[in-house]
Amino acid sequence: MKQFDYVRPATVAEAVAAAAQPGAVYLAAGTNLLDLMKGGVSRPDRLVDVTHLDGLDRIETLADGSLRIGALVSNADLAHDANFAKSYPAVAEALLSGASAQLRNAATVGGNLLQRTRCAYFYDPASRCNKREAGSGCDAKDGENRGHAVLGWSESCIATHPSDFCVPLVALDAIVEIEGKGGRREIALDELHRLPGDSPDRESALKAGDLIVAVRLPPAARGFATHARYLKVRDRTSYAFAVVSAAAALRIENGKVAEARIALGGVAAKPWRARAAEDVLRGVAPTADAFQEAAWRALTDAKPSGDNAFKIELARRIVVRALTLAAAGTPARLPALPASPFASTSGAIHA
Amino acid sequence: MPELNLTGAPAHIRHGSNIGQPLTRRDGVLKVTGQATYAADNHPPGMLFAVIAVSSIAHGRVVSLDVAAAKRHPGVVDVMTPDHKPQLAIDPEIKTNPFVFRMEALQSNEVRYANQPIAVVIADTLEAATEGAVLLAPRYETLPPLVGLDAGASFVPPVVGVGNPTENHLGDVEAGLASADKQIDATYETPPQYHNAMEPHAIVVQWDGDRLSVDMPTQGLVLSLARIAELFGIAHDKIHIRSPFLGGGFGSKGLMGGPPVLGIMAAKLVGRPIKLVLRREQMYGPVGHRAPTRQRLRIGADGEGRLTALDHHARTVSSTFDDFYEPAADASHTLYAAPAIRTSHDAVRVNTGTPLFMRAPGEATGSIALESAIDEMAWACGMDPLAFRLKNYAEVEPITGKPFSSKALRACYDQGAARFGWAKRSLQPRQMRDDAGLLVGWGMGTATFPALMFQAEARAAIRRDGSGVMEIGAHDMGQGAWTALAQIAADAVGLDIDRVTFKAGTSDLPDAGIAGGSAHTATAGAAIHSAGAAVIAKLADLATGDERSPLFGAGNAGVIARDGRLIRRDDESRGESYAEILARAGVAEVEARGTGAPNPAAMEEYAMHAHGAVFAEVKVDPELGQIRVSRMVGAFAAGRIVNPHLVKSQLFGGMIWGMSFALHEQAITDRRSGRIMNADLGEYHVPVNADVPPLDVITVEEHDPHVNALGIKGVGEIGITGSAGAVANAVWHATGVRVRRFPIRIEDLLTQS
Repeated sequence: MKQFDYVRPATVAEAVAAAAQPGAVYLAAGTNLLDLMKGGVSRPDRLVDVTHLDGLDRIETLADGSLRIGALVSNADLAHDANFAKSYPAVAEALLSGASAQLRNAATVGGNLLQRTRCAYFYDPASRCNKREAGSGCDAKDGENRGHAVLGWSESCIATHPSDFCVPLVALDAIVEIEGKGGRREIALDELHRLPGDSPDRESALKAGDLIVAVRLPPAARGFATHARYLKVRDRTSYAFAVVSAAAALRIENGKVAEARIALGGVAAKPWRARAAEDVLRGVAPTADAFQEAAWRALTDAKPSGDNAFKIELARRIVVRALTLAAAGTPARLPALPASPFASTSGAIHA
Repeated sequence: MPELNLTGAPAHIRHGSNIGQPLTRRDGVLKVTGQATYAADNHPPGMLFAVIAVSSIAHGRVVSLDVAAAKRHPGVVDVMTPDHKPQLAIDPEIKTNPFVFRMEALQSNEVRYANQPIAVVIADTLEAATEGAVLLAPRYETLPPLVGLDAGASFVPPVVGVGNPTENHLGDVEAGLASADKQIDATYETPPQYHNAMEPHAIVVQWDGDRLSVDMPTQGLVLSLARIAELFGIAHDKIHIRSPFLGGGFGSKGLMGGPPVLGIMAAKLVGRPIKLVLRREQMYGPVGHRAPTRQRLRIGADGEGRLTALDHHARTVSSTFDDFYEPAADASHTLYAAPAIRTSHDAVRVNTGTPLFMRAPGEATGSIALESAIDEMAWACGMDPLAFRLKNYAEVEPITGKPFSSKALRACYDQGAARFGWAKRSLQPRQMRDDAGLLVGWGMGTATFPALMFQAEARAAIRRDGSGVMEIGAHDMGQGAWTALAQIAADAVGLDIDRVTFKAGTSDLPDAGIAGGSAHTATAGAAIHSAGAAVIAKLADLATGDERSPLFGAGNAGVIARDGRLIRRDDESRGESYAEILARAGVAEVEARGTGAPNPAAMEEYAMHAHGAVFAEVKVDPELGQIRVSRMVGAFAAGRIVNPHLVKSQLFGGMIWGMSFALHEQAITDRRSGRIMNADLGEYHVPVNADVPPLDVITVEEHDPHVNALGIKGVGEIGITGSAGAVANAVWHATGVRVRRFPIRIEDLLTQS
């Protein structure tokens, strides 16, 4: 493979300085990056290994009731943290529905946020891809695009963001803490990923050298713990990206929905927060009709980007189901097949 | 050449004879402790790494390669191209026999399919060779590729499969259809699939003058040796191939493909040992695949559900430069009694690597279409699918009228249905739900695979210490040949298995033929059986001809070999040990050879097939369309079962592959470029653990005196057949939606809720 420099900074500041150089990228677990490098999709000159930085692998409850998750916490450690799973069950369920046990043991919180699309044309250096090579064109648009975006896409790019984890996170108003050349700043997760527009190569709000150091869930996120689910429809029972997924979280008071949170995965270049659908549910009883209305509203702007119209109808049905499951209440224990339509099936041992 | 040491295997308990015992695999400990040496585990001193550069276009010509850039990269030793390579003794385009396929050995700049080898970079390290291949930055003159089942004008190939007639006829199909009370006319599509053995194709090669040492996984040691010999113009006895273990083959390691030949050429070019291993994505091209098919079935039945006609036509593809035609329609020859049967094939040529044998070639593709169509016909007749199959049970092979050498399919139906609880099935689809509200469907399929025999030889010896030796260049692809064939060997020489040195997996041993066609245990086993009988006969001659022996005068026919002793058949108290016989004769060892081969007379008289019945339960989310198989029962009759433990594992693997066929596997080809867009195990889906439900395999007792001396039919491939259709039929029964394009996808089931 291409030769590259490997540096292992001692501090966050050193890391930021090292990664701000052209051609440099951060390396955490590498579960995505190394595949991209082996496939010639990503050819960095310098890897800045952040896995040895101190202080980024903690899960802490802050004084105001927020939860702060260090960027290097592994997906598995976070999902299996009992307090975390109790307070943010849909997030734990999403984490455990992703990838495989081996990958979850390695993959990190920060890396999950920044994983690249799984568009086959992006992964294939012989294909034209505006995301991989700005201005080269998009071979996905008229290609094999069953799995591509139905929301927020452009003629330049129809790729989706594949994360499960980000879907409930964005529903719960997660905040991303970033260390950069200008010091620390924070943005809403919903602002982190960009829609493609004319420049799908610019995928996030991060600037050169920016390092995600933590993800924070605000105090209000705990308020949904008793009615929060993640549902993921996929082509096999485990180890597959979502065809479409949804997170649904409800705060129910006196038989009415005081507040609803809905986000969709596998439909756009970012985890797709469906605020208009949330508004439909505010103050109404959690009924099947209300959920249908919300689902309809969530997909109002959806349109097929290719051979994928089915995803729009599927997404509606998933929103309805996720809301129905959330209204029924978070199960006392995470199902053996987390987020699966077969979660309640007996006999499943693991995913 | 290190001998394989199997003494690390755990002790086993043996009751009675070796054949029939459920021994755990004798190489299991080696494998789980990492001591089993696969081809790529070999590192001869001075070895260099070779990496293939492959074409990113499917059709055209390479017009330039930046060889200088690759060579400038640190560690790169040489770059082999069409202009810079050792000459082969014969053109790799020449087909010297029907089992030779054309390959790419850098003979030209022409590109015939995506992922075709176009150059080889040789370097000190794998990383340097890999980067060197990138730096070649090939430029192409691109021509429009031919893609898909409608790529061009179709033609009727001269043969399909291995020499099968393209068409077969029995009776008058059109009249049968015209007279039918019920008819169906349905078209099914199956996608291209790739073998995806866990172990990639690999070769470690070392030249020593004109001698060649090769480590390479192969399902056909002697066929590979012969192909290497003719390509490099060297004598057979100068070549030594070691293939003690294969990490799966499934047909893709049966015949020599281009990549290992490139490894041998590279070693010749640089005069150093070479290791060449394909990357996963490079296996989607030059090493074979299962061709896509489009199959039309027209079936007629009378008012009582008896078939009046069965017409099965299959369209498939081959490459633009060679011929292999998936014999999908032939699946309709053997299973269902119809007075009129027609099977036919046509094909188009596409820019793809040449399709090849892939586990149950023809049977797998044909079975899912036939079993789906039979299910549709049963429904059209208002009959239970099992009752319909029993109504049309073939007492003789339909297409030929021959009696079966044995056929315990009725028992398979009975035992499988009973275990599954089939009698409680609703006739109507979309009637059953589980506690969680998921749709539940039950489907079945009939399994069948021919009981084939090829040619093999074995050498047996009895040593002075009373131990035995059995040598045969057999192939363990993971199916358990090290164990099952050793069991046959032990019985053949009348010894406990631990007293027999069993040698296999190298090309200097007697030719075991090919591990394919589900025929390896039967063929190699017959050779072993015959070699064992011959060596025992020689030993018996020594004893019965010697007046000092208690067996003197017993004659060959009157002696039995058991537990290391020869004993008189008429008086088991009289006998002596092998060691005593050899010691007295002053002989260090007696040896003999034996062969295994088909019996033409029996084949003329009988149709020979293994059979089975598979029952599957699926659950489907009624609104979301996601499918999960929740249980499968397979009952199989395959003659004598040499090792029930290994046989069950083989059948489990086949059933899982059947499920994979129905629900998962598919190479996605970009219709414009002809490139495969999911050439990795993340996106080319096979079932993962969470997809595989409890599987239940019943081996139904079947005695077959005709197939071969041991009565073995083979189980390597039959598990796929029947299973794929059973799952597809269960999806229909769950949902009421008949999906005729495989794999069945979520969107196929979203039409209603």
